[in-house]
Amino acid sequence: MTLKTEDVRNIAHLARLHIDEADIEQYVTDLSSILDLVDEMNRVDSSGVTPLANPLDATQRLRDDEVTETDQRDKFQRIAPDVEQGFYRVPKVIE
Amino acid sequence: MAPGVAEIQRGLAAGKFSSVEITQDYLARIAQHNPALNCFISVTDEIALEQARRADAALAKGQAAALTGVPLAHKDLFCTDGVKTSCASRILDNFIAPYDASVIENFKRDGAVMLGKTNMDEFAMGSSNENSCYGAVANPWNTECVPGGSSGGSAAAVAANLAPGATGTDTGGSIRQPAALCGITGIKPTYGRVSRYGMIAYGSSLDQGGPFARSAEDCALLLQTMSGFDRRDSTSAERAVPDFSGALGEGVEGLKIGLPQEYFADGLDGKIAAVIETAIDELRKLGAEVRDISLPNTDLSIPTYYVIAMAECSSNLSRFDGVRFGHRCDNPVDLEDLYKRSRGEGFGAEVKRRIMIGTYALSAGYYDAYYLKAQQLRRLIKEDFQKAFDSVDLILGPTTPETAFKIGAKSNDPVSMYLQDIYTISLNLAGLPGMSLPVGFVDGLPVGMQLIGNYFDETGLLNTAHSYQQVSDWHLQIPEAFR
Repeated sequence: MTLKTEDVRNIAHLARLHIDEADIEQYVTDLSSILDLVDEMNRVDSSGVTPLANPLDATQRLRDDEVTETDQRDKFQRIAPDVEQGFYRVPKVIE
Repeated sequence: MAPGVAEIQRGLAAGKFSSVEITQDYLARIAQHNPALNCFISVTDEIALEQARRADAALAKGQAAALTGVPLAHKDLFCTDGVKTSCASRILDNFIAPYDASVIENFKRDGAVMLGKTNMDEFAMGSSNENSCYGAVANPWNTECVPGGSSGGSAAAVAANLAPGATGTDTGGSIRQPAALCGITGIKPTYGRVSRYGMIAYGSSLDQGGPFARSAEDCALLLQTMSGFDRRDSTSAERAVPDFSGALGEGVEGLKIGLPQEYFADGLDGKIAAVIETAIDELRKLGAEVRDISLPNTDLSIPTYYVIAMAECSSNLSRFDGVRFGHRCDNPVDLEDLYKRSRGEGFGAEVKRRIMIGTYALSAGYYDAYYLKAQQLRRLIKEDFQKAFDSVDLILGPTTPETAFKIGAKSNDPVSMYLQDIYTISLNLAGLPGMSLPVGFVDGLPVGMQLIGNYFDETGLLNTAHSYQQVSDWHLQIPEAFR
């Protein structure tokens, strides 16, 4: 599987990752070689096999809908890059 | 001399030394040796001494808990309330965790002392501890070599006697491989045995915490504290935890051990194979019955693992967005720019590679070909083990295909690095427990032997390793520079 420069740019966009232009070619090479390794999966016909999502085949545990956490907003916002009046600040989203 | 966890417990109980004294000893050793090894990201002197003083007070009143006064180090992936928790990533370099991981809470409950937070591969992605924004960790046996990864700092710290025990996490071998390369003992329990709450997530269906120590006896003590059901982890196992230490004397008489032929095939260094054979003979002498078995889908485990791990990591690491905590880029022009540059500046190259492969594998049109296919193969790999456990009690093989390699030797070739995990990652896919214990040396570097148990049979692993360690002293070896 060989990726193109444009594929890497698109994947980086989907992943919201800034990649320096100078590094793109290296990512094309590295990601293509990883996908070559991954393509070895196709040597085996696994049609009809039930996918395994949890190694113990466990299902989601349910709990009662009760309040168990206390409000710790001040503590959690102390480590935020930018807050104001209890809100997280980001660049303007809506014009 | 390098006292183990059990020996320190006995010394504290008998009043031979205080927790403050032994904690000061370790802090002094860390100050002396960490510059050469780089195994600690943070040394928490003040917290350690305060915890040690409280431990001494509890001991004096006869109120000691399971690990009261025992100093330990924690991988910098476990959240520690009020203490920097970086995951060795620039994106979390300024992150002071606002809560404790369940594992950390358990160690506090049981009275342990925290010496500091250990270096690792960024977000636990790596097999050499070279992918850390704080620099590579050196192997105490040869400081030109890697300690393994991703829990390389914890393994190196225990190997150099900078801590009697340490925590690690294992997503594809990140406890067992560094334990092998550093000549110590480490166990990855069954998926669900140890709570993942507060462990910064990499591959959620694969991640498990576990301990490093010199011996199986010490690992049993640490695993006891770490284990147990936790409602805050949605995949935590609702199962009683056995008395791991209590089962250590059971011996291996009549134990049926399987050797997977695929683990002794071409890729294995012949000198390692010879060392493992000698250890197998010791177990035979102790009464174990050894037979060949087959795990036919072994070679599929690497591609399968990397699809699943990378898909899960791309999803898990989307939480690092520069908004609520962690690194934020300067002067973002809009929200997308904020996300992209904060993440682009914050993550290292290997983390970016894995996020991108995962994003690709989960993207529209590719899901069935990659993620679904990998989950199907995951079941086939699990079924190999289930069949094997119909006829044997335990599976045994090498932990790694080679001993510790030179720093830089594989860092420009991600795929050759991934192949280091060939014997360890299938256990994570299957969710099985595994451990590595030292069984000898090749050219001055330690060799690890891996034991693989059936689901929730950590007791069987620890008992077998302990039996071997009663008739061998590989686990007691310390590199000359750190004696």
